Amino acid sequence: MLNYEGGGSLLLRLQGGKFAEDGSRAARPCCAMERDIMSEIIKTDVVIVGAGPTGLFAVFELGLLDIKAHLIDILPKPGGQCAELYPEKPIYDIPGFPMVTGQGLVDNLLQQIEPFAPTFHYNEMVEGLDVLGTPEAPAFRVRTDGGKVFEAKVVIVAAGGGSFQPKRPPVATIEAYEHKSVFYAVRKMEDFRDRTVLIVGGGDSALDWTLNLHPIAKRVILMHRRDDFRAAPHSVNAMRELVASKQMDLLIGQIAGLKGEDGQLSAVSVKTADGVSDIACDRLLPFFGLTMKLGPIADWGLNLHEQLVPVDTEKFETNAPGIFAIGDINTYPGKLKLILSGFHEAALAAQKAHRYIYPEKKLHFQYTTSSTNLQKKLGVA
Amino acid sequence: MTKITFIDASGQSRTVDAEDGSTVMEAALKNSIPGIEAECGGACACATCHVYVDDAWVEKLGKAEQMEEDMLDFAFDVRPNSRLSCQIKVRAEIDGLTVSTPEKQG
Repeated sequence: MLNYEGGGSLLLRLQGGKFAEDGSRAARPCCAMERDIMSEIIKTDVVIVGAGPTGLFAVFELGLLDIKAHLIDILPKPGGQCAELYPEKPIYDIPGFPMVTGQGLVDNLLQQIEPFAPTFHYNEMVEGLDVLGTPEAPAFRVRTDGGKVFEAKVVIVAAGGGSFQPKRPPVATIEAYEHKSVFYAVRKMEDFRDRTVLIVGGGDSALDWTLNLHPIAKRVILMHRRDDFRAAPHSVNAMRELVASKQMDLLIGQIAGLKGEDGQLSAVSVKTADGVSDIACDRLLPFFGLTMKLGPIADWGLNLHEQLVPVDTEKFETNAPGIFAIGDINTYPGKLKLILSGFHEAALAAQKAHRYIYPEKKLHFQYTTSSTNLQKKLGVA
Repeated sequence: MTKITFIDASGQSRTVDAEDGSTVMEAALKNSIPGIEAECGGACACATCHVYVDDAWVEKLGKAEQMEEDMLDFAFDVRPNSRLSCQIKVRAEIDGLTVSTPEKQG
């Protein structure tokens, strides 16, 4: 079990090997302050969307060509699916590694790109993209949901299966309540003060927020589909003590429907062993894990084919000059969704990116084994 | 070969031949069965190969293991006959198995 408590998220725990906890990426108590500070524009050569293995290796290939990169990822840590879906699973088809775990590969990549000092922006989803330049001299403005603004000559989309987003419970009308009385993360604890809060789920996010909101909420009700919790045993014990002393309620059941008006919840219908009944509450926090969605990239004006971005196989550039797509998110004849394909694509995309970023410079192909110039950049010469 | 039938949310039924030793999820992907996504590729890490097992087969398949139950917490519209198809091994004894795919996978 890997506990992750960094990145400004106080209550985030990710379980090793699991499609883990529960949309907690937005649990950022400092977010309002961050937003004010970050309204100035970050200028860089390349913005890489996605810090999975392909995005990380792109930093290396760009770095050898003196190109600086900023990486943006919706997760609170690097590694993408390798770190989020299968950190402990062995991978057998990385060239030169007979076996490496998902997290092992990510750790090695981070070490490999360290000389190029990339800047990481975690817990951020790229929302908007504006074209500033021309096809010959592209430039883009990239905006995130956290309010950060970047200006770059090249954008490399290495977004894998898309962005990890919270899963919705199976209730048709839920969208009308979202961000008003139904939340998939706690951004501001004050939103829950003196409220009757129904928290649904059995993992660390559900249990942590049960324990943390209990002191300020009017009443906290935790509901899970079975009387068995994945969360850390000490949180489960603490919850059971609160239930035993009648300071909160525990229900074994599932959401059957929502009641309320104008997005303001008044009750949740729940299905338990005793049948369907209404639980009066004015806040609902479902924690059902994360799923991958293409997200706002779909609105960037890129050609799409079945949720994938078509690219050429010479430069891995999209239909928009200056925007590249590498790794699992792209498609071309013969495409294989392998990490090694993403590495190859990163190397070729970097060559073309160099032409946009240094139009006046001629690029001489060099090997890291023999080039003192490259070795200097890697800090080994 | 073992026959497995998938019924989608609209009621359409598709029967496929599955290789013994593989999983029901793999049989679905190989035969392009709609409604099975299997984002994680069978690592029991995503709950997007969720199926409802036909009542007649629930007992024969046995209970889900702890890891699968934990993952089912993340599935869409979980019911008592919910399973993750990547955790159901294809074998001669399950010849004729029928499963339904949910309206959506998460």
